[in-house]
Amino acid sequence: MRIVNTVPNGLSAFAIDICENPPMTTPVPGSQPDIAPPRLWVCEHCDTVYHRRELACGEVARCVRCDAILARYHSMGVRGMLALVITAMIAFTQANIWPIVTLGLNGQLISTTLWGCIVMMWKDHSQVVSVIAACTLFFFPIGKMLLLGWVLLFARTGRRAPGFRLAMVTLYHIGPWTMSEVFVLGALVAIVKAHMYFDVIPNVGVFAYGVLMMIITAFASIDVRRLWDLTEERPA
Amino acid sequence: MSRLPRARELGLIGCHVCGLVCRDISEPDAACPRCGSALHRRKAASYTRTWALLIAAFFFYIPANVLPIMRTVSVGDVDDNTILSGVIELWVKGSPDLAVIVFTASIVVPVLKFFALGLLLISSQRRSGWAQRQRAKLYRLVEFIGYWSMLDVFVVALLTALVQFGFFSQVEPLPGVVFFGLTVVITMVASMTFDPRLIWDSRDFDD
Repeated sequence: MRIVNTVPNGLSAFAIDICENPPMTTPVPGSQPDIAPPRLWVCEHCDTVYHRRELACGEVARCVRCDAILARYHSMGVRGMLALVITAMIAFTQANIWPIVTLGLNGQLISTTLWGCIVMMWKDHSQVVSVIAACTLFFFPIGKMLLLGWVLLFARTGRRAPGFRLAMVTLYHIGPWTMSEVFVLGALVAIVKAHMYFDVIPNVGVFAYGVLMMIITAFASIDVRRLWDLTEERPA
Repeated sequence: MSRLPRARELGLIGCHVCGLVCRDISEPDAACPRCGSALHRRKAASYTRTWALLIAAFFFYIPANVLPIMRTVSVGDVDDNTILSGVIELWVKGSPDLAVIVFTASIVVPVLKFFALGLLLISSQRRSGWAQRQRAKLYRLVEFIGYWSMLDVFVVALLTALVQFGFFSQVEPLPGVVFFGLTVVITMVASMTFDPRLIWDSRDFDD
């Protein structure tokens, strides 16, 4: 569903909103004054300013100028997100400890895991590819899940976890660099290619990756940045 | 359209990292009070950096396509595959539908990225008001599909690890795959460096 438009209605209205936002200073961790709930959206893609509005179920606020999504209604709460992250962690563990696929030729069987690929690429003089694969398929996804899990664990009670700020900034930066879903498609292509010459037996790993891909898709529409608004800093 | 107020005109900056709207105090090293990230009205030197990265990516893209990405050894018979010949092999011997997916991810997407980013850079630098909405959508498309190009790299990695039957059959990665992986990474960085707000900084929004 497409519902838009908290179109701003004149500059005078803005003055009130702006005053409620904190003045811009270099932050001192821990000694922040209470931040008033933000009243504005700025479209990331074109810089247009909007008044915030509560969204009803199923609503998506889009920018009138460039059609980018400003915000979505979230049916999933913090607990739901935490459950999803934990499920993703379980699927990711399974995907990594079990072999992805087994090949057979003349009675010989060879199977591999993700780390098998990474190590083999390193040994075969493609260290660059090995590092890219290790980061985008292992370190960044695992970092993303651990950081999200940590932050959500505290967000259940509206608190900010220790290191919340660093965790959220890191999550923002590693976000585009996790590629597990591409790897799933890559595994499918590799299976089909190998099937031309060998016996192919798909293993648990590839199914676990399939589950992981579904969870990633479910997560794709969730903007974790709303945790900034859902939590507040409290003295420990 | 121009009646819609923009943050820059109102003296505001939206933080990219946490989404907080801050007052613009025109300091070069201003930081977001909530998340501590650097605030800037537009990404720093966006045109220069994006051009540089795009050109660098293009120079990697040539060897990525010309050099073979994978060697298949089968009973002493050596066969080197480039990206394109891999797609053709998949089309002829295996499944054409999968060949279409690989062709899209490995050839259409990177080429589209070069053209799209080039177009966005040139039109924005000329402060053109032409098809701004469509250009904004094109940018979002480039950002969304960019990383799927990594597909072929992962296919080679998997096949290398799997096909290890010694003399009977063996797969090795060749330098093409390294260049291709780098091309994908650099074009991703290039599209992140481009500031889509520049599309809308056309002549009617002069500062």
